[in-house]
Amino acid sequence: MTPVRGAEDGWEPVARTIGSPALPGGVADTLTDHGRLARGGGAARWEPLGMSVTPALDLRGIDKSYGSVKVLHDVAFCAHPGEVTALVGDNGAGKTTLVKCIGGIHPPDRGEYRFEGRPVRVGSPRDAARLGIEIVHQDLALCENLDIVQNLFLGRERRRGLALDEAAMEEMARSTLSGLAVRTMGSVRQRIATLSGGQRQTVAIARAVLWDSKVVVLDEPAAALGVAQTQQVLEIVRRLADRGLAVVLISHNMNDVFAVSDRIAALYLGRMVAQVRTADVTHRQIVELITSGVSGELGLRR
Amino acid sequence: MSTDIPEGREAAVMKLADSDFAGDRREHDMRSAALDYLNKIKAGELGALPAILGLISLVVLFTALKPDTFLSKANLANLSTQAMPITILAMGLVFVLLLGEIDLSAGVASGLCAAVLAKLITDAGQPWYVAVISGVAIGIVIGTAIGWLVSVLRIPSFVVTLAFFLGLQGITLRLIGEGGTVPVRDDVIVALSNTNMPIWLGWLLAALCTAGYTATQLLRWRRQRVRNLHSRPLQFVLAQCAVVATALLGCTHVLSQDRAVSPLVFLGGIPWGVPLVGVLLIVCTFVLGRTAYGRHIYAVGGNAEAARRAGINVTRIRISVFMIGSGLAAISGIVAASRLNSVATDAGGGNTLLYAVGAAVIGGTSLFGGRGKARDAVLGGLVIAIIENGLGLLGTKAYLSFLITGLVLLLAASMDALARRRRSAAGR
Repeated sequence: MTPVRGAEDGWEPVARTIGSPALPGGVADTLTDHGRLARGGGAARWEPLGMSVTPALDLRGIDKSYGSVKVLHDVAFCAHPGEVTALVGDNGAGKTTLVKCIGGIHPPDRGEYRFEGRPVRVGSPRDAARLGIEIVHQDLALCENLDIVQNLFLGRERRRGLALDEAAMEEMARSTLSGLAVRTMGSVRQRIATLSGGQRQTVAIARAVLWDSKVVVLDEPAAALGVAQTQQVLEIVRRLADRGLAVVLISHNMNDVFAVSDRIAALYLGRMVAQVRTADVTHRQIVELITSGVSGELGLRR
Repeated sequence: MSTDIPEGREAAVMKLADSDFAGDRREHDMRSAALDYLNKIKAGELGALPAILGLISLVVLFTALKPDTFLSKANLANLSTQAMPITILAMGLVFVLLLGEIDLSAGVASGLCAAVLAKLITDAGQPWYVAVISGVAIGIVIGTAIGWLVSVLRIPSFVVTLAFFLGLQGITLRLIGEGGTVPVRDDVIVALSNTNMPIWLGWLLAALCTAGYTATQLLRWRRQRVRNLHSRPLQFVLAQCAVVATALLGCTHVLSQDRAVSPLVFLGGIPWGVPLVGVLLIVCTFVLGRTAYGRHIYAVGGNAEAARRAGINVTRIRISVFMIGSGLAAISGIVAASRLNSVATDAGGGNTLLYAVGAAVIGGTSLFGGRGKARDAVLGGLVIAIIENGLGLLGTKAYLSFLITGLVLLLAASMDALARRRRSAAGR
């Protein structure tokens, strides 16, 4: 198996090698700027690597409270098809809450939720799934006593009459996994319990993309993985975006973020402090944004 | 800042892994298939092996201890009717155990349903089908109540069914009257355990079942090969078919012999209850193995949270398995009533439930949920029936037979727990 981009550029972050459309405003692209730009017809500047202009996911002014604790303040977030958008932030910054708002698990209290440009209401996980938004949770949620095919189709089994159509499901499972260039599994009829952490992650991701989904949110996919497995999962993440999906990647690992993402969205204490192109920022700037909410011209206005 | 891995090393990692679904395409010869099977056993995937070994060793043991009586034709026929109620009760419990729950009230529920049936037939003069439908309906109502308490109020099933275990006994007692017995004289009900099929019909059914089983297995194998799917080696499929055919035809042969004590009359054939168990086995196997509902039961038993996130209505699944459990318990009660020709106040009490749980676990159903098949109930039911029958023949004292049955249950549960540890150690 060759790494996805390995042949051409030796696994360099895409955004860096392909480069990005120039941002006249320099690196600064803070929350307020973003709002103004989007409304002011500056959307062309956002054009993601020649893909469509409309973001797959576009959230604006999202507020979310749990009881008296306000977790998200006026958060804006968008994810473009064909791109990996990394969502970073320290513990408690609101990443998970934002993901839950996106997935309809805890709908936002206030704010605008646009999907492919249309305003939508996502009140439950089912609504999200219907739109084509899939979330791969950190704890994967796989049944260890079932095999890969059974897990991929869990809750959405193919039937032929009363009985399950095992043959069709197995064929689809194999082609989906091959489409993700997953070649490390001996059999699609292996029980999940026999798989390694990376393979389980792959199965969970494959389950998310099996359904023609348009947005895939991955919550810390490489958190518990070794080096080689992390590499594999990141390749799959990149491949998903290359296939035209909007991928949202939550990660604490800056190396991973810079390796695969096209954009980085940084949350700090429940506020979106910056959404920037990965190519335009440095490792240090992002760390500063995460830890203090400000980095030079980026971040919160003081 | 990138996560570069030197090209060569990554390639090495890839080569180590069994890649490209090779396992699905690998051509199996007998040797590799046998090795695979051995590895599975070593890793704790015992399947039906313990039950089959148990069956064989028990038969050898009791034949050695009671050479003339145990293997006599009359006793073997007796064994088949003895195993029926245990098997049906255990089959219902398999559904409950698959979720990792327990139904301690299944035994007394079967007793109550049988009491209702007996009362309706004997006292109210209702036809058998009305009585059977009412009995099973009451079983389903009991199951619904248990399921609701367990899945909506989230009371542990152990506690709910313990309460039902006591409460239902009270209802049976009230219904039948203290110390009383209600006779069951309806021809159809009595026939289940006491009348045999004509010999030709027995052979016909056995032949049909054998042919049907073999055809299904071979057709599935061929379909998997044609579409290039994961398939088991042909030798294995054939061996399995041979074992099933031997068992089916062998039992038919034994039960078709004349077992009458007097040479003047002919007594032989398969008891009518056996095809009932067969039908239940086929239906339950289909539901668990081939339908989405069955798949969801395994999923909830394996990881309820994952099932919920996959959009499965976990509450509904939980309630439904208790309904199936108690519904099958009702049928088991009716078969037991047929065998005894009556229903007493202690019907389904005593060690009925422990026998059934033991049967399911000996057969290979896990007490931890997520693993088990309908056939486990049949294999385990036979093992338990042989123990009960053999100890009876030996004239074992009551205290000893309690001790032995308790030990067997404990042994089965330990085996389940050990196999589970083995599996997690082997990453299965």
